[in-house]
Amino acid sequence: MGRGTTTTVRLRPPVLTLTGGLSFCLAALAFAAVMIGPYSLSPAQTLAALLGQGDRQAEIVIWNIRLPRVAAALLVGAALAAAGASYQALFRNPLVSPDILGVSAGAGLGAVAGIFLSLPVAAIQASAFVGGMVAVGFVTLVASMVQNTDRTLTLVLIGVVIGALAGAATSLLKVMADPYDQLPAITFWLLGSLAAITTEDILPALPIVLIGLVPLALLRWRINVLSLGDEEARALGVEVGRTRFLVIAAATLITTSVTALAGVVGWVGLVIPHIARMLVGPGFGRLLPVSALIGAGYLLIVDTLARTIAQVEVPLGILTAVIGAPFFVWLLARGRQGWS
Amino acid sequence: MRLLLTFLALLALPILPAEARTIVDSAGRTVEVPKDVNTVFAAGPPASILVYIMKPEALTGWPRALRPEERDYIAEPFRDLPETGRITGRGGEANLERVLEIEPDLIIDFGSVRDTYVDLANRVQEQTGIPYILIDGRFENTPEALRILGEALGVPERGEALAVDVEATFARIEAILQDVPEEERNRVYLARGPEGLETGMKGSINTEIIERVGGRNVADDGGATRGLVQTSMEQVIVVNPDTIVTWDPNFYGMVFDDPLWQGIDAVQTGRVYLSPTAPFGWIDRPPSLNRMMGLIWMAGLLYPDKWQGDLREDTRAFYKLYYHVDLTDDELERLLEWAEGRPPL
Repeated sequence: MGRGTTTTVRLRPPVLTLTGGLSFCLAALAFAAVMIGPYSLSPAQTLAALLGQGDRQAEIVIWNIRLPRVAAALLVGAALAAAGASYQALFRNPLVSPDILGVSAGAGLGAVAGIFLSLPVAAIQASAFVGGMVAVGFVTLVASMVQNTDRTLTLVLIGVVIGALAGAATSLLKVMADPYDQLPAITFWLLGSLAAITTEDILPALPIVLIGLVPLALLRWRINVLSLGDEEARALGVEVGRTRFLVIAAATLITTSVTALAGVVGWVGLVIPHIARMLVGPGFGRLLPVSALIGAGYLLIVDTLARTIAQVEVPLGILTAVIGAPFFVWLLARGRQGWS
Repeated sequence: MRLLLTFLALLALPILPAEARTIVDSAGRTVEVPKDVNTVFAAGPPASILVYIMKPEALTGWPRALRPEERDYIAEPFRDLPETGRITGRGGEANLERVLEIEPDLIIDFGSVRDTYVDLANRVQEQTGIPYILIDGRFENTPEALRILGEALGVPERGEALAVDVEATFARIEAILQDVPEEERNRVYLARGPEGLETGMKGSINTEIIERVGGRNVADDGGATRGLVQTSMEQVIVVNPDTIVTWDPNFYGMVFDDPLWQGIDAVQTGRVYLSPTAPFGWIDRPPSLNRMMGLIWMAGLLYPDKWQGDLREDTRAFYKLYYHVDLTDDELERLLEWAEGRPPL
């Protein structure tokens, strides 16, 4: 993008300024989110608790409940938006979301199986992670065995098939689950929630997300070239198969680890990359960080709503859809502006 | 990060009030509880019933608000307790900050004590610093559950009295069953859902009452599946139960007219029974202490000659002892008519 061309003048804020501004907004949002919650604490009490000078109850609320939750919302939002941006570039399709290859369906099945077997929470999360990875691994494996010239289409179709299979298995487990203990837990998990999240839940997911982001950042130029189409990319000397595999592996790793943490949170990975693209254009080197920042902010706002608007928790999946769906329609109505 | 972790670890150490007691719960967890327990958060519907029965003034809210037809059967101030959601399963509906705002002395869950719930209890206890007690919800464990809870809530006499009452009822039924060989017992089908085609397999928590009261659950595949299942009309015809129990008024209303059900023994002999559900279901829904009322009712249905009891007096006594309500004649009449198949809806 822009290599050697001097004619393209974009009236967009410089990327550094933009990411800096977004980061600042995000920090402010996070600070505000820590201040807000059903347990009434004045800003002074919150600050005191943050500094370890508050009363015991306030410190529990801030350190054990709100901070892990705010951190988890930032991590999950950033990860899903980054993965969504990667998949959209890879598949050259703005309607692609991170669960296109069956990640959510696989992770959902893994988690539901864990709940069904009454495993401890950490084992349920591990089971979800394994389920998501296995589903995508299976999709890529089957796709590589199918002889078809359109690799992308093959991948997507097999993703749909495997997703449907995993969904069927999930439904079977739901039918067999205990309606008082297990079924509500399963339903809640499949709708996504950050309720009752602890620091111990976040710590394993954080390094995995970072490990997944590194190859995406390093491969940004090749991903740009890939989005021109396989033929063109080959002509420009990019090893299409290997790059595609790396991007899928990295984006899947990111999506699965946060899905294991938060359950199935839809819409973030679909909608946020569009907003980012409107701001900075399709160049992946800029799209990735901006998507991640906006995604983190979006999910933070949504999760803050989820824990404050009602007496009881509202599942995240419901809110992201209720907010995301109309917004997406509005985006579509504006035409394809922003998509290269 | 290390500093943060150390800090969190320090927070997780329970800072105990001057006087604390130790309770060993059904999962074998040793939990420190304050000397005086005045407020209790019930983690789910079964626990809320247990706490309400044991010490209603300690209950801080219902997992879901009571429905109009249920309100009459809950004592006056407690029927207006707020809705608090449930902490069942990872990511339950209850908001932990709201739980903390209620500042309960204790959180109680009554039901499964398998690994997921043990782990969940430990997490919530560490995260909030509120002691969390798990009590095994299987029917046979009821006396034990009452004793543990009575101990935990500082009302051991009430726990003991109720446990003795439950044991006496269990013993009366077992005495009857001694003379009834397995193959002579009624073949019972628990019909759930408006179509009546949902049932609980033998061994599931939803149908424990059938075996306990001396029936045979026709939904029995030798223990291969547990919990609720969807069945088909054809299977019901194959197992041909001689007794059907349901709480669904829609199913009850159609079963005697629907041609598909007419060939079933239970329908031909009129042995289809509708369970009242106020304030809680008599036979299930949720599986908690409310099932004791269903046990008394069903013992009379299955063994009318052997069971010594008067449903009118037994119901009045049960609602008084367990639910803290003196039923008016009108309220009692509504319940009995309901149990005879005329629900007040």
